[in-house]
Amino acid sequence: MRPAIFTARGVTKIYEMGEVTVQALRGVDFDLFEGEFLVLLGPSGSGKSTLLNILGGLDVPTSGEVLYRDHNLTQADDAALTLYRRDHVGFVFQFYNLIPSLTARENVALVTEIVEAPMQPEAALELVGLGHRLDHFPAQLSGGEQQRVAIARAIAKRPEVLLCDEPTGALDITTGSLVLEAIARVNRDLGTATAVITHNAAIAGMADRVVRLADGRVAGVHTNSQKISVSELQW
Amino acid sequence: MLLRRLRILDRKLVRDLWAMRGQALAIAVVVGAGVTMFVTYLSNFDSLQRTRAAYYEEARFADVFASLTRAPLSLEPRLRELPGVTAVDTRVVADVTLDVPAMTEPAVGRLISLPDAGEPRLNGVYLRSGRWIDPARPDEVLASELFCEEHGLAPGDSLTAIINGRRRRLTIVGVALSPEYVYAIRPGEIVPDTRRFGIFWMNRRALASAFNMEGGFNDVSLALAPGASVGEAIAALDPLLEPYGGRGAIPQGLQVSAWTLENELSQLQTFGFLVPLIFLGVAAFILHIALTRALALQRAQIAAMKALGYSNGTLAWHYIKWALVIAAAGAAGGVVLGAWLGAQLIDLYNEFFRFPRLSYRLSAGVAAASVAGSLVVAALGAQAAVRRAVRLPPAEAMRPEAPARHRRSPIERVSTGVALPLAARMVLRNLERQPGRALISVVGIAFAVAVLIVGMAFIDVMDALMNEQFTRLMRQDATVGFVEPRSARAVYDVRHLPGVMETEPMRTVPARLRAGSRTRTLAITGLPDAPRLNRVIDRERGPVTLPRDGLVLSRMLGEVLAVGPGDELQVEVLEGRRPVQRMRVAMLIDDTLGLNAYMRIEDVTRLLREGDTVSAVALTLDPAEQERFYDQVKAMPAVGGVSLREATLRNFREMMAENMNLQISINVIFAAVIAFGVVYNAARVSLSERSRELASLRVMGFTRAEISLMLLGELAVLTAAALPVGALIGYLLGQLILLGFNNEMYRLTFVFLPGTVAWTWLIVILAAALSGLAVRRRLDRLDLVAVLKTQE
Repeated sequence: MRPAIFTARGVTKIYEMGEVTVQALRGVDFDLFEGEFLVLLGPSGSGKSTLLNILGGLDVPTSGEVLYRDHNLTQADDAALTLYRRDHVGFVFQFYNLIPSLTARENVALVTEIVEAPMQPEAALELVGLGHRLDHFPAQLSGGEQQRVAIARAIAKRPEVLLCDEPTGALDITTGSLVLEAIARVNRDLGTATAVITHNAAIAGMADRVVRLADGRVAGVHTNSQKISVSELQW
Repeated sequence: MLLRRLRILDRKLVRDLWAMRGQALAIAVVVGAGVTMFVTYLSNFDSLQRTRAAYYEEARFADVFASLTRAPLSLEPRLRELPGVTAVDTRVVADVTLDVPAMTEPAVGRLISLPDAGEPRLNGVYLRSGRWIDPARPDEVLASELFCEEHGLAPGDSLTAIINGRRRRLTIVGVALSPEYVYAIRPGEIVPDTRRFGIFWMNRRALASAFNMEGGFNDVSLALAPGASVGEAIAALDPLLEPYGGRGAIPQGLQVSAWTLENELSQLQTFGFLVPLIFLGVAAFILHIALTRALALQRAQIAAMKALGYSNGTLAWHYIKWALVIAAAGAAGGVVLGAWLGAQLIDLYNEFFRFPRLSYRLSAGVAAASVAGSLVVAALGAQAAVRRAVRLPPAEAMRPEAPARHRRSPIERVSTGVALPLAARMVLRNLERQPGRALISVVGIAFAVAVLIVGMAFIDVMDALMNEQFTRLMRQDATVGFVEPRSARAVYDVRHLPGVMETEPMRTVPARLRAGSRTRTLAITGLPDAPRLNRVIDRERGPVTLPRDGLVLSRMLGEVLAVGPGDELQVEVLEGRRPVQRMRVAMLIDDTLGLNAYMRIEDVTRLLREGDTVSAVALTLDPAEQERFYDQVKAMPAVGGVSLREATLRNFREMMAENMNLQISINVIFAAVIAFGVVYNAARVSLSERSRELASLRVMGFTRAEISLMLLGELAVLTAAALPVGALIGYLLGQLILLGFNNEMYRLTFVFLPGTVAWTWLIVILAAALSGLAVRRRLDRLDLVAVLKTQE
């Protein structure tokens, strides 16, 4: 078996949202292995995003332990988490979160400026099929294109792990497929371990492994014996 | 292209700033206003101070001054041996009545002796035009520049002086300046009267023979070695001069011109520091508001950048740079404008202060300090907003802000029966939802009102001062001063001059007041118990009746000497038999101008151990007889000078008109700029926050007018609430400024008339309306689809 990049044990997370307390995770055990394409499946509110944010060092669990290789993320302070995100993690968000005042190339350069040995922004954009739209601002790009800029931005640093939170959630089937294609390609060509959150069960087919979350707990883990390509997915 | 070479975050900075350029400009202008004032006032302060230092040095301005009745020249060598003394100059100085062609009322000329050969050892006389006097011609004089300018006199012209009762023709051969008369004010006057006070330098022998001063002198100046004690020199000089009628030596700092100049400079410094500081404070405040809102809109971007691995420090610096760029732009403009205004303002000082050269100079120090100050203030204003935004955990920043909790507003809850229109309900609920933010906007706009009030109220403050001085206090039309104290019969002589209706005697006597180690040399004014013309007025208590056996002092003089009612003072009279007596301070009064000490006239004469004497007579005049009065009084031999209330008032008004009006205009213009900046900013922020909500309403079918009403209605409510708050803040700021402004020369009360408040409100309402219009135009162009599609 391939070595694990993430090992999470007994992770819980409780939010105080104004006057209500939300228990987002209720004791989750989770692993992500090198080079793996994993899909985190579950309905809204099942805790998928919370888990992904914790893995990505954007949030810390209320209890439990999360290891990135041999680093304990639960004990890291803010500066260490920043460094961790900068060096190892690529993020893709549902709403792209591009900087509106920067062009596609500049949004990618935002990352390549602060890491060592990055890809050229142009190469990263080429990889997601946007080599011809380098100097467009986000407002001049379609949703799918914006999401692919976000993917290029995430992979330009050559991260060890790519975390995608509902990357196709705001997209239609055709553009969504292009985005998934880009993610799959990064996983295949660069060998980047990839975790994709979705509530769309159809996407599960393209994963090596599928983890189902429900109500803050792991409801099941399923390994696909046969991965299918994006074009074969039944939406 | 320059932008290409910038790092990515800086490119983002440039584009973000460009996107909010309206707001950025509004803030930059406010910063610029502060820096402009800072540079204008402080560069003037700096220029005047340098000029003064250079002039005093170059002209050998003396360190100690003393006047006396008459001492023989043989005393001079002994003066030279006093501790620390490096140079001694003795002179003959006399005040005379002048008869200037084309001027009915009399003027005063001060005649100062020039050595028979060479220049004076101290207090050098600078020849502006013409030539030096010829010692062989006793009627030749140099005349002070301001007086010549006022009367159009030039070398070759002549005028008549009444010297010891005889009319004498003086020929002006040169126009001159002296460090002793940079500010030419007659003792006992409150404003300089360039028309009626001239300085003339003439040959010593000629002057001495006219005043029976051959072989003697009545004025001494000393220069001291660097580091020598002025106090010791004075302590050694006074006993030497005492037998010759010495009236007490004074240090350079208390010499009338030097003292006035110093007071003016310290006011300029206070003004140049406090007022711009208030402006910069307001700028920091609106920068804080603007940045808080702008960062709220960048929540998701901050989260994304953090997710990408940008550290808190990098992001904080990025957003602080927003503030710094805006402030730097404002400051750069401010320095340029300030240098220009400063150069204009220095010309005003040229009207009152005469230096051989008064040139404007903006020092690098002042420019650098003002830019640095504005950057620091901007960073301070920004840091709280930036810290709050950057501290947000990234996962939390990723989520949109939770929708605000709305409730029915209190007004709605109270007036349950009345159904408010929907727009009004939205305005009220919106204000109530974020009372803190509404408060901040109110305070911001209130500051605009406050700064305007501070600027404009100075007109009221000066009016109050003039009213106090010329209506309540001085009720006489003229004061006739005698060369030497005269018997009480002189009052009757004056009363019989044509046109004189009412008279009141005055007896002033030079004295040194001593309380412990603190001393002050001044003139004690003796007046009738309840003076009708020269009234003694306390700002709170009104006209004061002078108590028996005691001194009434200005509160400021009480502070200088650290004495209060009931305390005893040593009074050392510096004339006649020079009695020394301990006296009780009976009362301190809150007065407005100068340092004053009053006593009953009979107590003064008893102190002097002489019969009823007067040194001046205050009088009221029948306007129809004015000219005849002037004619006759000019011919009276014993009269040293006549001061006229009308002339003083006119001079005061002119001085204010020339001096204060420009400063007030500057303040008002910049205050209006602040008002616009604050309101425009508040409007833009509400617009950007609520564009989504307003666009949704438009989609649902609300008209432009209706949604404008919702947004602008809120602004109107905020502006209305800010008006009274601003008046209060303005009052407090005004007090604060006067605290720094008041000194031995002026004690002003911060007052403003309802009309002034009305004006400031009107200006702020106009500024608000203009900002509203500017925002309304944006509202009309709201792109409904785009607003609803984007996340933010």
